[in-house]
Amino acid sequence: MAEGQKNTTVDKNELLEKVSALRGDGFRLAQIGCSALGNFEVNYSFDKDYNFVNLKLVVPRDAAEIPSISGVYWSACLYENEIHDLFGIKVNGMLMDYKGNFYRTTIKKPFEGKK
Amino acid sequence: MKKRTVIPFGPQHPVLPEPLHFDLAVENETVVEAIPSIGFVHRGLEKLIEKKNFLDYVYVAERVCGICSFIHGLTYCLAVEGIMKIAPPPRANYLRVIWSELSRMHSHLMWLGFTADAFGFENLFMNAWRIREKILDIIEETTGGRVIFGSCKVGGVRKDIKKDNLEAIVKKLKKYSPDIKEITGVFARDSSVKHRLVGTGILTGEDAYDLGAVGPTLRASGVSQDMRKLGYAAYKDIDFEPITEKAGDSYARCMVRIREIFSSIDIIEQAVSKIPEGPIETKVTGVPSGEYFARAEQPRGEVIYYAKSDGTEFLKRLRIRTPTFANIPALVKLLPGCELADVPVLILTIDPCISCMER
Repeated sequence: MAEGQKNTTVDKNELLEKVSALRGDGFRLAQIGCSALGNFEVNYSFDKDYNFVNLKLVVPRDAAEIPSISGVYWSACLYENEIHDLFGIKVNGMLMDYKGNFYRTTIKKPFEGKK
Repeated sequence: MKKRTVIPFGPQHPVLPEPLHFDLAVENETVVEAIPSIGFVHRGLEKLIEKKNFLDYVYVAERVCGICSFIHGLTYCLAVEGIMKIAPPPRANYLRVIWSELSRMHSHLMWLGFTADAFGFENLFMNAWRIREKILDIIEETTGGRVIFGSCKVGGVRKDIKKDNLEAIVKKLKKYSPDIKEITGVFARDSSVKHRLVGTGILTGEDAYDLGAVGPTLRASGVSQDMRKLGYAAYKDIDFEPITEKAGDSYARCMVRIREIFSSIDIIEQAVSKIPEGPIETKVTGVPSGEYFARAEQPRGEVIYYAKSDGTEFLKRLRIRTPTFANIPALVKLLPGCELADVPVLILTIDPCISCMER
């Protein structure tokens, strides 16, 4: 039995508004994950009472910047530091910025992939 | 103003079986800030998905973790089955439940041993692992492996368990139950154990939920959330309630895991009594195209597998969010204010699985 899931693509400008609305509705942040495909795809996943909601943000490689949602969900800090350290995406406004020291990697931005 | 000192904790530390690093800012003996860093055992297992056939990758997924290996394999299968809309046969679903719960039991018993070892109770450590060994024997008898089960596959399972053997498993678990009660009773009542666990590392239910904590770390703070309630595999047919405690301290996290061991025995008993006859796999045809987030309850909490495919035998992307990663924000928040000597035990109480977290 596959779990029902709501998956929506969002624009960078409306991300914070949508995330804040989910927070207001009592959703918890389940994960933030990034994929380096043609462009970057950042998935913000939320859950409330076993209802799964995902917001997908497509980030172009030539403007690899996203706004931080750590002001809404503090736990987003770790996911955002991960995305910064592994994929090289700049995350603006992180409450806790480890400045590239969260992941100890010899190669910088190891998951960035081909441009 | 008190003098602030930064003490590096890990990646090598006597209580940590795996490498995790914290820079601990302390004032006298009190921790005021904890800054984590990881990346010491990264193995690139997510990347391998681009080179392994999606059916063959189950072998790799099982090796993400050496403790909750079966549930990693299962969640990967759930992700692919979610994309391909495959429904495994009912018998396979029940077998998946039985192996998942055996996995949970051996993981929790292992954690109890590690924790006893961390506060220097060697006898308790060895007794917890003595019982874990018996659970591993059952796993070996039914799958051929002790840690890596190799029994899950996309569309079902690879191996069946005969009726006599299923009944023998229940008999064995009932036989071990008093022994487990005796050992776990020491955790529950011994004054030296309680001295280290009661009242330390308190996480309120609100904080735990806000910080995205999962599994026993969340449930010990009174939040009833368990991904098995999603009803994947055959959990929809099993009568059970998530185990919760209210105190939110290290002792409560320990008690949740202890009670979950007995809950697992009950779940296995129910699964054995309800398992239907029939095939154990659905034939998989075609290749996956689409994306799906699969979720399951590991011993440490909710695991998420995100799989994306564009219609070839190789997935484009596999992203694994392990429960340990979800519990790190809670750990970062609960360490400040604790005594430096309590840090190792506090870290252990989230049951960190680092190689799992780093993939």
